Amino acid sequence: MRVRGSVAGTGLSAVLALAAGSALADWSLLNMRDGVTSTSRAVHDLHMIILWVCVVIGIVVFGAMIYAMLRHRKSKGAVAAQFHESTAMEVIWTIIPIVILVSMAIPATKTLLAMEDTSKADMSIKITGIQWKWKYDYIDGEAAGISLISSLHPDHNAARLRGASGSVENLREQFGDTYLREVDNPLVIPTGQKVRFLLTGADVIHSWWVPDLGWKKDAIPGFVNESWTRVDKPGVYRGKCAELCGKDHGFMPIVVVAMAPDDYKAWVVRQKAHVAQAAAAADRVWSKEDLIARGQDVYRTNCAACHQPNGQGLPPAFPALAGSPISNGSDASQHVEAVMSGRPGTAMAAYKGLLNDVDLAAVITYERNAWGNSGGVVQPAEIKAAR
Amino acid sequence: MSMATATHDADHDHGPAKGLKRWITTTNHKDIGTLYLVFALTMFFIGGAMAMVIRAELFQPGMQLVDPQFFNSMITVHALVMIFGAVMPAFTGLANWLIPMMIGAPDMALPRMNNLSFWILPFAFTLLLSTFFMEGGGPAGGWTLYPPLSLQMGEGFPFMIFAIHLAGISSIMGSINVIVTILNMRAPGMTLMKMPLFVWTWLITAYLLIATMPVLAGAVTMLLTDKFAGTSFFNAAGGGDPVMYQHIFWFFGHPEVYILILPAFGIISAIVPTFARKPLFGYSSMVYATTSIAFLSFIVWAHHMFTVGMPVVGELFFMYATMMIAVPTGVKVFNWVSTMWKGAMSFETPMLFAIGFIMMFTIGGFSGLMLAIAPADFQYHDTYFVVAHFHYVLVTGAIYSIMAATYYWLPKWTGKMYDERLGKIHFWVSTLSVNVLFFPQHFLGLAGMPRRIPDYSVQFADWNMVSSIGGFVFGASQLLFLWVVIKTVRGGKKATDRVWEGANGLEWTLSSPPPYHSFSEAPVIK
Ligand SMILES: [Cu+2]
Repeated sequence: MRVRGSVAGTGLSAVLALAAGSALADWSLLNMRDGVTSTSRAVHDLHMIILWVCVVIGIVVFGAMIYAMLRHRKSKGAVAAQFHESTAMEVIWTIIPIVILVSMAIPATKTLLAMEDTSKADMSIKITGIQWKWKYDYIDGEAAGISLISSLHPDHNAARLRGASGSVENLREQFGDTYLREVDNPLVIPTGQKVRFLLTGADVIHSWWVPDLGWKKDAIPGFVNESWTRVDKPGVYRGKCAELCGKDHGFMPIVVVAMAPDDYKAWVVRQKAHVAQAAAAADRVWSKEDLIARGQDVYRTNCAACHQPNGQGLPPAFPALAGSPISNGSDASQHVEAVMSGRPGTAMAAYKGLLNDVDLAAVITYERNAWGNSGGVVQPAEIKAAR
Repeated sequence: MSMATATHDADHDHGPAKGLKRWITTTNHKDIGTLYLVFALTMFFIGGAMAMVIRAELFQPGMQLVDPQFFNSMITVHALVMIFGAVMPAFTGLANWLIPMMIGAPDMALPRMNNLSFWILPFAFTLLLSTFFMEGGGPAGGWTLYPPLSLQMGEGFPFMIFAIHLAGISSIMGSINVIVTILNMRAPGMTLMKMPLFVWTWLITAYLLIATMPVLAGAVTMLLTDKFAGTSFFNAAGGGDPVMYQHIFWFFGHPEVYILILPAFGIISAIVPTFARKPLFGYSSMVYATTSIAFLSFIVWAHHMFTVGMPVVGELFFMYATMMIAVPTGVKVFNWVSTMWKGAMSFETPMLFAIGFIMMFTIGGFSGLMLAIAPADFQYHDTYFVVAHFHYVLVTGAIYSIMAATYYWLPKWTGKMYDERLGKIHFWVSTLSVNVLFFPQHFLGLAGMPRRIPDYSVQFADWNMVSSIGGFVFGASQLLFLWVVIKTVRGGKKATDRVWEGANGLEWTLSSPPPYHSFSEAPVIK
């Protein structure tokens, strides 16, 4: 008996382990993730509690219904009772849900208050949602002054054009599970620090969401929302814009890289060097070829989604640049003005806050010389003067 | 009953006009009810075709069929058509057909306004759908029309706004008619607390409509002036407030949710007792529960906006108020289950749809309760979890109740029985496929897939494909519903006046089909 019992026990535990293993493998595709912050874990716990409450109530209610459907059916000769009231029952099933709800509300309130407490932050980052990219400005601390534009990675941007992706296997082979979840410049934060985010929108409402951090918050033009996170574990955490923000809403991912403090310090030093380099580059005179080469890259990440790689645009919402009077002729002032200040009321953003002098000069020069346009060269110094 | 028919025939000197003119000029509540129902069914298939485009594009990752902008217009117009074109007109059609027969009245109180309120609708939706052929395409900013995004729409923008105005005017006129009819035209002895629950729920729905439709009209009018008259209601650069739009919209939008479900509660409360052969459990608590749901629906709107960055006190208030709705909603479900308990049930198609409603609406209620928990909503919000939630309450909730009502009262309306075997096939195919369609969307949302995106990462591929297959089958099975209805109208076994063994209520005392003017003489109510 004992032997057989232990054999059965081993067998059972093997099956359980197997089930747990395969469940573990797929669990992230079925349920909310635990995440990597105290907030995300608290939210996950709340989610699991309320889920189980619902499951238990469901078993009771559906169980009673199914029992009645099986037993109290006319075909089985059931004769209908005629009761139609019971004050006691009705009081019971009013009181019990109230008790359950109050006991749910208490932990939910605690978590909510903790989530909304943005005080005593170690550093602050401003997040701006832009059709269809994110801008990150490091406001204080050692990284103050660093500013990043984070767009869908160009390889993904090419694959997501209609008919370009090929089969699912293709996508999986090329991108693993990061298809549409990769950016050119990720947001970098240090681990173990309370990072406060200030969120706003440049054009329409966006929503900044990284599931592993445990929350999303809207980025609204004219508003500054606050939120915070403290990531314990170095890693790459991915998310997406969650509020419909126009044509390419599905294509503005978020990547957060959490680095150990030392790695983060090194990253800050590298970024600062880039900033200094860019400032120096803006002061010299560029050759036409260099500007066009650089401008083509800038165009691809910032402009091609609307104005199209061939400059033909998608009229009427997104006008053509090829052959357009604004991008031809010797006077570039209108072109510079349109790119720098945008077109209010349309999806055309004001790029003076998004790109540096060199990139602006490069992209304008590229647009004035590509697709048969003949509009001459715009130097970074002219942009600087126009600011 | 034969009394009613006899008296009716005696003083009957006019019938319906002949041909097309009958439908254009009709002031008869049954004709107008039919028009509403046919219109709703047409819109259901148009909105359904858009859903098929959505599910086809989402069948696998990568962009295959449409461009992102067109995809966005599909999700936007799918919602507008289904809410304002299919579900609401279907309930108004049911109200037209049933309320006079249920309260012992000859017709609706305001028959000419009744005609007008219907005939506005085809124009409203022609306007809305015509925007697809204008520069810039159809509306693509989501059915909630949040500015500033909605203001980026092309030339169709004012047409869409006027379409919403027209649909709103139609709803308000229909609601006034319902209220006046119920309050003034009840047969002697039909006290308020004797009215069938369908009449009660529609009375409350009508008040919700009158209270909230003008709010929607105001919100979209402000969008219109922001776009064309230089105002800045919602434009931050001009001192306006884009979040204020969301508050105004959801002050309409949340009661709207109950506008779409309260009449369903009334329908289920009629069908379950009939097939359980047992009186409805807790009639008066049903009335009070409906009233409290209607009241609460006005103070929970901002749970749609937990992520906009409200003060934490606001978030707490809206979380608590929203959780409270679970109590009266629970009362309703418990009452239906108690009605079934110790009954003598049989499972004809209307009962199958009613039971399907109770179970799947409850699943939607559960996810609704989960969404009410504000901290958890920060994860759920704007994901497929929300999509799954509101389709459980709207498709397997509102639309299932409309299907149940159609099967239940179609023999009364046409005088002919529908094909029971086809009805049951329709139920089972729909119910299996609708769960294959929407249940996996819970997983997708929890695993991190945002809503309103045309393309997604490969790890979401499997469940999206499953969901799309469910969607195609569900879509196709509604053609079977169309066939069942056509087949019944064209001919079928003669229906008796009572139709169902356990049916109770004044409408069953009339002939099948009922006389042109329902009760020319007030019936006697015990
Ligand atoms: Cu966005």
